[in-house]
Amino acid sequence: MHVSSLLLQKRTHAAAGPAVLRWLLIGMALLFLGIFLVVPLVAVFIHAFQKGAGAYLTSLAHPDTWAAIRLTLTAALIAVPLNLAFGLAASWLIARFRFRGRDLLITLIDLPFSVSPVIAGLIFVLLFGRQGWLGPWLAEHDLHVIFAVPGIVLATLFVTFPFVAREVLPVMQAQGSDEEEAALTLGAGGWYTFMRVTLPKVKWGVLYGVILCNARAMGEFGAVSVVSGHVRGVTTTLPLHAEILYNEYDFVGAFATASLLTVLAVITLIVKKYVEWRAHTP
Amino acid sequence: MAQRARRRILPGFGLSLGLSWFYLGLLVLLPLSGLFLKTFTLTWEHFWETVASPRAVAAYQLTFGASLVAALANAVFGLLVAWVLVRYRFPGKSLVDALVDLPFALPTAVAGLTLTSLYARNGWFGQYLEAAGIQVAYSWLGIVVALTFIGLPFVVRTVQPVLEDIDADVEEAAATLGATPWQTFAKVIFPSILPALLSGFTLALARAIGEYGSVVFISGNMPMRTEIVPLLIVTKLEQYDYAGATAIAVVMLTASFALLLAINLLQRWTQRRFEVRPG
Repeated sequence: MHVSSLLLQKRTHAAAGPAVLRWLLIGMALLFLGIFLVVPLVAVFIHAFQKGAGAYLTSLAHPDTWAAIRLTLTAALIAVPLNLAFGLAASWLIARFRFRGRDLLITLIDLPFSVSPVIAGLIFVLLFGRQGWLGPWLAEHDLHVIFAVPGIVLATLFVTFPFVAREVLPVMQAQGSDEEEAALTLGAGGWYTFMRVTLPKVKWGVLYGVILCNARAMGEFGAVSVVSGHVRGVTTTLPLHAEILYNEYDFVGAFATASLLTVLAVITLIVKKYVEWRAHTP
Repeated sequence: MAQRARRRILPGFGLSLGLSWFYLGLLVLLPLSGLFLKTFTLTWEHFWETVASPRAVAAYQLTFGASLVAALANAVFGLLVAWVLVRYRFPGKSLVDALVDLPFALPTAVAGLTLTSLYARNGWFGQYLEAAGIQVAYSWLGIVVALTFIGLPFVVRTVQPVLEDIDADVEEAAATLGATPWQTFAKVIFPSILPALLSGFTLALARAIGEYGSVVFISGNMPMRTEIVPLLIVTKLEQYDYAGATAIAVVMLTASFALLLAINLLQRWTQRRFEVRPG
């Protein structure tokens, strides 16, 4: 597999056309990526530091920023483990068993990806909002979901729902269940087999899914924006905090907050690349 | 038959089945069905009035039009980037390859903020574009720029693996038979990557139609002119017009599901096409 793909590269290289065309195409691709990816990435930091490091740090040290960081971490810390548990259960189910409704389940897992984030927020407003189905009951018991932290967590759970299942399922399917069957034959329990045999086999897929899930959980804007109510320092996650500062013409503050999220994105890309590299070199 | 035997050996069927459907039902299916139930509380006249109002129609046209243009731009440039990454060697290639995923990792609000600052009248790009008489930020074009950014990785990541799998023999055979490089590309390579290209295009399109975070900053949000459908839903919600927001959401969701169906059919077509080939 490896050797043949190397061979392939060498041979197609020879048939790749004249050098002028080659460099023209490379140049065009790099120019496009430069304008669309590199410049915006660099711009975040330059705008954040345009009034110096002092202004940058002052803005980050603001209590509202800290509250936003805490809320963002809280939402991610709840959403990622729950979706991880679901992702593992669903992958095990779909990869190892044939049952009625299997195709339907596969389709439905991807459903949140095809729902606009705004609609993801809306459905929870319709359920838990003041005019919603459960609104009167919640009001009676003095429970707050919409314009409060639980709503933000629910919206985050919804939009990050497919990530782990999506990455783990193909890995589990590709690896088959021979080792599991061997472990079970040798007398290992079901749970023990899953933790000691299955999980180590799919760990890179799991990690891949978790980092993508986490990036989306911390960066989600549309769904969270609808259910948040934008109460400063209470229901604002980092992306919402950046938006509020931007709308108040505090550009340094907005970009300082954005720079935290950008660092998170860059770390995500690095871990992602590392996982891809490890997954291909066992 | 082997599957049936396995089902008896491997544990956890009941547990994982119950857990998966329970979680999916509670978090996704129940809330989504609430949306459709809500539309039934509207009278048909009210529903139609909301959904077909000039403001809503302008928003559909803008959202679908801008998404289509952005997805087309992504198809062209995505194919170019995938081609360059698979076929050529140049310094910094693996860095470029990693960078392609940036739009997936970067929060949409950050993308919106930074793109707006670049294309605004006094921005790095905006000042020159403005001098040339082109307004990007707070116009239709700005929405296209944001949606192109958001959808950039889809085509690259769907086309790349297919392009890697194309056998060099086929191309060499074409060349031996006297085909020019362009003919080889147009008649041999392009037909085999077309399903993946279409699949990536549809994914980018679906993503663009629902996109909110990056667009609200750069579009200027003027009703009838630069107001996208998701923003219209948010506006209606802020006015506590839940019924109106729901009506428009249902129209949009139906369009998204139609696209999802198209994606699935395309993927099945792609798989069938490549399963026939030996090796």
